[in-house]
Amino acid sequence: MSSPAPRHREKAQVLDETALDRALTRIAHEILEKNGGAKDLAFVGLRTRGVSLAHRLAAKIAHIDGTTLPVGTLDITLYRDDLGMRGTPVIRGTDIPFSIKDKTVILVDDVLFTGRTIRAALDAIIDLGRPTAIQLACLIDRGHRELPIRPDYVGKNLPTSRRESVAVRLREHDGEDRVVIEEPEEA
Amino acid sequence: MGWTRKDLLSMRELDASEITLMVDTAASLQEIASRDIKKVPALRGKTVVNLFYEASTRTRTSFEIAGKWLSADVVNFSSSGSSSSKGESFIDTAKNIAAMSPDVVVVRHSSAGAADLLARELPCSIVNAGDGAHEHPTQALLDLLTIREKKGHFEGLHVAIVGDIAHSRVARSDIHGMRKLGMTVTVAGPPTLIPPFVQELGAKVIMMLRLQQERMSAGLIPSTREYARFWGLTLDKLARHARPDVLIMHPGPVNRGIELSPEVADGPYSVILDQVSRGVAVRMGVLLLLAGRKGGDGA
Repeated sequence: MSSPAPRHREKAQVLDETALDRALTRIAHEILEKNGGAKDLAFVGLRTRGVSLAHRLAAKIAHIDGTTLPVGTLDITLYRDDLGMRGTPVIRGTDIPFSIKDKTVILVDDVLFTGRTIRAALDAIIDLGRPTAIQLACLIDRGHRELPIRPDYVGKNLPTSRRESVAVRLREHDGEDRVVIEEPEEA
Repeated sequence: MGWTRKDLLSMRELDASEITLMVDTAASLQEIASRDIKKVPALRGKTVVNLFYEASTRTRTSFEIAGKWLSADVVNFSSSGSSSSKGESFIDTAKNIAAMSPDVVVVRHSSAGAADLLARELPCSIVNAGDGAHEHPTQALLDLLTIREKKGHFEGLHVAIVGDIAHSRVARSDIHGMRKLGMTVTVAGPPTLIPPFVQELGAKVIMMLRLQQERMSAGLIPSTREYARFWGLTLDKLARHARPDVLIMHPGPVNRGIELSPEVADGPYSVILDQVSRGVAVRMGVLLLLAGRKGGDGA
């Protein structure tokens, strides 16, 4: 049905393992600073790598503050605005085993790009309850927003061109901690 | 791989990976039933028509709920009170409904092949919700989802299907689906109602079928009382012959006291109502995969 994805080659490394870890440590501190502590905070990670990043941020906050924050998993496939344009939807499920009512939800994603995923995620979260506030943390902000959405916490701002892609590689999925810019092999 | 078919007509035509995709999708959608607000916008602007030419409670209701939870517009058609009673043919009615541009038509009909006919004639996606004694694929999918949730796996399970195999579209769909996923299926029932081979049952899952009394005109069994004595499942028979971890399933509606004694139907081994709950998730998955497939606008 769909044509095979074009092959990509690595153009530049943006973050190595140490820099990635430092960025997450800083974000964890910023979250505590902005919210005056860890009271009534909860993490919701966007499938797939946002979930791993949310768990890492929760571990860092547990280390700094001694508070164990809940971490949920959000699948936004049912809220996409392009269903039927991208081939068969693959639903992997939402799992938020705590009430988000009266919580400040920190939404975590790996790469912030057009903002459409976050728009869908906001709708999905609000369908589950009424949080006090939703804040957005992303490891990479690569620009090119198509909606009025901005992150509260950013690991690294990364100017990119639209034809490039940003690959966040995490130990849990890819066996390494690294962020790289890739470009299509055939231009 | 993804879902590429326009229609869901039978379990026979699906391969193991397509069946697994359907079951996985349904499993992921079950969470919606436990929400306060049971609605997601996935099929907003899509139209689903339930075209039912046979009586149905579970299947029609669960397709309707499934469509509504996905934000589709669901329209129910039943043959009584329609132009069918003025003599309009099935295919004419279907073409008229198709002219109103639905995305998915869910069809139940007493004739085998009714869904295949619509799939050939109409541009929209067709879901077979039971055609005569042929197939009932969404029932098989919800049976598979129930079995996997209760047993954790498919491979190597032994399933006994007991009752009127000859008239059962559920049995036919279950047998195709279960065998493709590596399960062993044994059928049992009165010789007039099955292909003639019966074995001793050591099954982990027992699927009891409804004695379809509306199709029992031709003297196929001496009496329902005799059927109940020989083929009905009672606590006593379970205690003597079944494994302690057996699952008792039934596609509904149950003839209490015929194929199942009330103590078995309501007992600890019974997962009959779990099947019904999962039916909604399965039908959400089917509607989503058909209407959400690439270019899946029915045109």
